Amino acid sequence: MSTLVSVSADEAPARRSAAALLWRRLSRNVMSLAALGLLVVVALTAAAAPVIMPYDPDAPDAERTLEPPSRRHWLGTDLYGRDQLTRIVYAGRVDLLVALEATAVALSLGAALGAVSGYRGGWIDQVLMRIIDTIQAFPSFILAMGIAAALGNRLTNIVIAIAITHVPIYARLIRGEMLRIREMEYAEAARTVGNPRRRIIFYHLLPNCFPPVVVQATLAMGFAILTVAALSYIGLGIRPPTSEWGAMTAEGAGYIVSGEWWIFLFPGLAIMATVLSFNLLGDALRDVLDPRMKGV
Amino acid sequence: MLGYLCTRVLLVVPTLFGVTLVTFVLTYILPGNPALVKAGPLATPQHIAEMERRMGLDQPMAVQYWRYLRGLFRGDLGESHTTGRPVLEDLIQRVPATLELTLAALAVALVVGIPLGVVAAVRRDGWLDHVSRLLGVGGVAMPTFWTGLLALYIFFYALGVAPPPLGRLATGITPPPLVTGLLTVDSLLAREGRALASALHQLVLPALVLGFSVMAPLTRMVRATMLEVLESDYIKAAWAAGLPRRTVIYGDALRNCMIPVITLLGVVFGFLMAGNVVVESVFAWPGIGNYAVAAMMSKDSGPIQSFVLFVGVVYVFVNLAVDLVYGLVDPRIRLR
Amino acid sequence: MSDLLAVSDLTVHFDTDEGVVQAVDGATLRIAPGEVVGLVGESGSGKSVTALAILRLLRPPARVLGGRIELDGRDLLGCSEQEMRAVRGSQISMVFQSPRTSLNPVLSVGRQIERLLVRHAAARPGQARERVVEMLREVGIAEPERRARQYAHQLSGGMCQRVMIAMALATSPRLLIADEPTTGLDVSIAAQILDLLRDLGRRTGAAILMITHDLGVVARLCDRVVVMHAGQTVEWAPVRELFHAPAHPYTRALLRSIPRVAGAREMEPIPGWVPSLLAPPPGCRFARRCALVRSECGVSVPVHAVGEDHRVACVAVEASQWTR
Repeated sequence: MSTLVSVSADEAPARRSAAALLWRRLSRNVMSLAALGLLVVVALTAAAAPVIMPYDPDAPDAERTLEPPSRRHWLGTDLYGRDQLTRIVYAGRVDLLVALEATAVALSLGAALGAVSGYRGGWIDQVLMRIIDTIQAFPSFILAMGIAAALGNRLTNIVIAIAITHVPIYARLIRGEMLRIREMEYAEAARTVGNPRRRIIFYHLLPNCFPPVVVQATLAMGFAILTVAALSYIGLGIRPPTSEWGAMTAEGAGYIVSGEWWIFLFPGLAIMATVLSFNLLGDALRDVLDPRMKGV
Repeated sequence: MLGYLCTRVLLVVPTLFGVTLVTFVLTYILPGNPALVKAGPLATPQHIAEMERRMGLDQPMAVQYWRYLRGLFRGDLGESHTTGRPVLEDLIQRVPATLELTLAALAVALVVGIPLGVVAAVRRDGWLDHVSRLLGVGGVAMPTFWTGLLALYIFFYALGVAPPPLGRLATGITPPPLVTGLLTVDSLLAREGRALASALHQLVLPALVLGFSVMAPLTRMVRATMLEVLESDYIKAAWAAGLPRRTVIYGDALRNCMIPVITLLGVVFGFLMAGNVVVESVFAWPGIGNYAVAAMMSKDSGPIQSFVLFVGVVYVFVNLAVDLVYGLVDPRIRLR
Repeated sequence: MSDLLAVSDLTVHFDTDEGVVQAVDGATLRIAPGEVVGLVGESGSGKSVTALAILRLLRPPARVLGGRIELDGRDLLGCSEQEMRAVRGSQISMVFQSPRTSLNPVLSVGRQIERLLVRHAAARPGQARERVVEMLREVGIAEPERRARQYAHQLSGGMCQRVMIAMALATSPRLLIADEPTTGLDVSIAAQILDLLRDLGRRTGAAILMITHDLGVVARLCDRVVVMHAGQTVEWAPVRELFHAPAHPYTRALLRSIPRVAGAREMEPIPGWVPSLLAPPPGCRFARRCALVRSECGVSVPVHAVGEDHRVACVAVEASQWTR
């Protein structure tokens, strides 16, 4: 069998059955199914919010301010009488969007950097790795604080701040994979045929790095949400009037001394449930896709 | 060993440069014109231009970076508008509060987290293991600010055992004479019982919250390492040699587990710093994190970048210290 | 002469995700005091599992289903863990495959031997240290005082294995189990280690159970040989007898498959595959690969003698029927 031509031809059927195999092994674990289910529910609810939510998140109701959870308002109301459940769902849109965008940007940039760095080696590798090292010289949240403070409170800037701190994760991961596979036979074969370097890196080798990347990205989604929430809590992230889980929790902080517990509790719970689901899903994916990483 | 030491120490230098470069870039791209702010609201355009020239803001970026570095060496981290003092002074004044909180939280995390991880690995699938895994998975998903608020609600509002989050000492208690800046230590040294009690009382909840937030990842890592060690060849050989359980598990295995755990302490410190900012915010703890955030709220952007720089530099040195300790403890590095 | 170690009808199963692996099935062997017995078989034939079973080092998912293991008549499978711990390291010692990883990386090698002496021989620390240096010298390590203070990563592979042997023999055990002790060692070093084992065995009177897949090791070192295939013990013979007059079809195929340097001859691999231990065939597990297979082979396998001290587990082979 000629390895020269078959690299792409054989991958397509292999990938399809790999997906089926993945699903089968994933569905064995109850927790991961529950996590996946929760995430799907959260995502769908967030996406369909304008349609399915009974209340307008910004509509005040002077008669029903600071009401505890009831049948009318499942999660209670805030100082202005706004329905908390609706606000939490709408805030979820923001958190998920930020996390998704940040992860996508970090993944693309990090994978590209890591791939080039790992494949080319030499001074390019040294330079790029020094840049990565510099980013990692700070605790990531602190760096995100600095970038968010420097750029300003807009959503795009928060995405950039988080993305920058996440780039090293993917860069190192892909670089490691690259170092491992660039000497393998199919890479050699692709080189022999005369493929340009860029094509080899991005078309032939990179797709084989998917499994650990998928695991990391899933876990990183959780971190991204925690980061944007914490940034918003201390005031460096998303600011009102846009609602966001961390900011909503901050609003609730002042009410602890007066006993209105539902204002801080539910947004935080939403964060925890979502992050937990991403973590469980990521762990399950890791067990299924990359048993080498097991045990952590 | 010497080679390892030298390489590690030398590597610190370019890393520090990198750190200063990053914070410089962040300061550079900050919105707003510092000359405008410094010149005051009544300044004329000429005044502003003159101020710009004096502050070197019209120079190319590289020159400005050089000035920035020189300023750092002189200890010039800018000034804070809200306090009116040099940022460095503010930071130094507030570091002890952060330090006390961080040390207390670290103690909590180590004292509870490490044994928990070890026992979870030794009695795999026992109830303690399940608890530790639950804590690990759940704890990592809980936002620290939320844990803090939850703790406040339960222990302060509902149960009334925790004090109101108003700072390091209850109102009305005079602080002890300044020795280390750590109120617990200072009041102990000065034998002021009331101050000590109050300081501890105020410290407990934030320390527990912060400690818990780093305990989760720490326990997970300790457990994983211990499991790996327990499966190693030399442990199997130790069993085959008839050594008692206590020696094999809590002697050999534990020693080998603790060595890589040392390297984790650097990462743990990073988590602590991150959690610190949030916990100080929740509990109104007068540390450097709170300072930076509060300044930011008043549009005072200098402190936050200096805070980032400060933390970055400390982080670099903490990691260096961790590496050096590791090199001393692990015979494979200590003796080439 | 009564046996030092008697293993009878040992059966060990492993519970895995894919099912129950029947790793050892009715294994039997005897070791007389002071003799060197080789346990030979391919990888996965159950040799190491048998060794671990002797020392009761098997943990779940392994299960010992049946059989007896007796040391000087004492039941090892039934005694308490405390009693077993007194046997391990002092009456029966074990030397493992990869010497460097079998040594604790953060304790000096001297310390590791010392504490065994303190524990098992009730030696005082001063005495123990002297004995450690003595032992290191006996296993052929130069500058033993200096080496005793060093760590595993500072020693070569061969030296590590010598240390392991010193550790194993320091307490003067009755039986030393050596599990593939020369794997990964240089050929010349391996030969030295084997000679060392033989000499020390003779000198201390310890019996040695040498587990290996290498027939050359067996030829060099052993007095008697036990052959294992797919978890079953199939032949027991003195070493010369085994090489000159192998009886079991597996043994014979094994000997035929050894490449010879002198005299050109085609290599003869053994036909077929080792049966899966998840669903092994009943009766003799070599039956499916055997040229002499009969219907009785799938039912049960009787053991009978084919010579002096030479027994084989095979239906098809009878006393007078084996040929060169």
